[in-house]
Amino acid sequence: MVENRPVLDFICHLILIAGVVVVIFPVYIAVIASTHGPYDFMSGLIPLLPGSQAAENYSVMLGTGISSSGTPPLWPMLLNSLIMALGVAIGKIVISILSAFAIVYFRFPFRSLAFWLIFITLMLPVEVRILPTYKVVADLGMLNSYPGLIIPIIASATATFLFRQFFLTIPDELLEAARIDSAGPLRFFWDILLPLSRTNIAALFVILFVLGWNQYLWPLLVTTDPGYYTVVMGIKRMATVAESFPQWNLVMAAVVLALLPPVIVVIAMQRFFVKGLVETEK
Amino acid sequence: MAAIELKGVSKTYPGKVQAVTGIDLAIADGELVVLVGPSGCGKSTLLRMIAGLETITEGTVSIDGRVVNKEEPAERDIAMVFQNYALYPHMSVRRNLEYGLRNRGTPRNLVNERVTEAARILEIEQLLDRRPRQLSGGQRQRVAMGRAIVRQPKAFLFDEPLSNLDAKLRGQMRIEIKKLQRTLKTTSVYVTHDQLEAMTLADRLVVMNAGRIEQVGSPTELYDRPQTQFVAGFIGSPPMNFIAIADLPEAEAARIAASAPGVAVVGIRPDSFSFAEGAPDLTLPASVALIEPVGAESHLYLTWGKQTLIAAVQGRPDVTEGQEVTLTVAPTKLHCFRPDGQRIDKR
Repeated sequence: MVENRPVLDFICHLILIAGVVVVIFPVYIAVIASTHGPYDFMSGLIPLLPGSQAAENYSVMLGTGISSSGTPPLWPMLLNSLIMALGVAIGKIVISILSAFAIVYFRFPFRSLAFWLIFITLMLPVEVRILPTYKVVADLGMLNSYPGLIIPIIASATATFLFRQFFLTIPDELLEAARIDSAGPLRFFWDILLPLSRTNIAALFVILFVLGWNQYLWPLLVTTDPGYYTVVMGIKRMATVAESFPQWNLVMAAVVLALLPPVIVVIAMQRFFVKGLVETEK
Repeated sequence: MAAIELKGVSKTYPGKVQAVTGIDLAIADGELVVLVGPSGCGKSTLLRMIAGLETITEGTVSIDGRVVNKEEPAERDIAMVFQNYALYPHMSVRRNLEYGLRNRGTPRNLVNERVTEAARILEIEQLLDRRPRQLSGGQRQRVAMGRAIVRQPKAFLFDEPLSNLDAKLRGQMRIEIKKLQRTLKTTSVYVTHDQLEAMTLADRLVVMNAGRIEQVGSPTELYDRPQTQFVAGFIGSPPMNFIAIADLPEAEAARIAASAPGVAVVGIRPDSFSFAEGAPDLTLPASVALIEPVGAESHLYLTWGKQTLIAAVQGRPDVTEGQEVTLTVAPTKLHCFRPDGQRIDKR
């Protein structure tokens, strides 16, 4: 690592740059495409330089939407996505930190069974249990509603497991000191565990927000009312139009706009995010 | 401040592991009692049972005349100092000190008063706004003690509080704890595996082994008249020499057995040896294997038969390594033990 070998350095950088290019290029194409007029793609060649239609494209998407594909303007869809992503991220964190708290700090019958049951659900992602879940949600009358979008994907074995592992690293003496200091279980949780978990929560929030934002299959199933469309599934609808060409310039403008919130969240929380993932010091 | 009384206290862990067996102990108001013993002897378990952090399988613990077996640690009104300090890492020193009082709903001005007072006693006033991670080991130890003091509890419980400090600081803190306890006159139970720490701190010393109390007494009592071979070997540094009576020449063995019938083992403190010969003394011809100067005194490792004996002599000994010497011990300095390890009081 400390050796100074120019050839090795060169190769390392080459690989890294190649990796970045592979990741960046589609994003670049999307941004470029969103600045062109609707007919610039007819030739089948994608222009690689910015066009002049950026302002129009974006104002159309934010203002009226693509009426021919039956999608509403982007604003409400972005808002729906935001509500769903926040709901999923916050809900998952709340549920999982509480279950981890219960599993680590309370002695109750079948405690390890409870833990393993939660753990096993890792093997059952939404896609596997989607039909029964849909049935349940439908019977509860939660189709076309925010709870219907959020609640079924709120339980998270991964987050529970992460919090459990973190709690196990907190020395027992801290709990004992708190017990002697007249802190009951909830006060211990609120005053001590929660502040200590801050960085973990931040890191998890970033991951879960992006996960919630990118949900596609579930919103597609449970929403039929355009008022509840999320932006990711909305884009899909825009791209599949019958008997005409998709308006790629507008679709790409929507893609770029949909990309922004997760990027903002990641950048804003980057400091905590990295700290939460690498921090070992208690 | 309060007296603590243990009656027949036992702890059995799942799987029938007996950690502590039938402990009877009365700790007077304002007394500093040290529980000492090798690791795994149950001393920490016993302390944690007094604290309420561990359930009591059998027997009763009373604090201030009230049986507290079923009470939560907070209800027992005790304070504990942990080995790793257990300070809340995300709170400032001030918040750490306040936390217990605030949870008890103590009025704001009283909290401030107590914190200021504790900080003054422990000389940590300038540290109040720092976080625990910005403190040195000794300072953290002080904060941990401060957290106990501010509460003005009925008793302090110390669980090997000095084990994480270096030797010099440990000596310093030991003196401070003792001074503090003298000033505050709060009943204290102190657990340690370090016999020197135990000797210097204790009003009364409780030596534990394998979940039982071996002997209770003042440090000098335990040093001068250990009731069992275990206590004799545990208290004192360098440790007591033990010689099986069978290894002694017959005449000597008979003479010792006459004054202490049933003796199996004699114990000799390292500082009881001398080189001057006297008539009634036990004499042991030995050779000097190693000389260890430790400052004011020197430790001699001597080979006697197949056994190594340790002698402590004042100043610099006028012997050299490899030299043959005759060790003598006055009969009054012999500790005699039966085969089961119990002391025999000589006639």
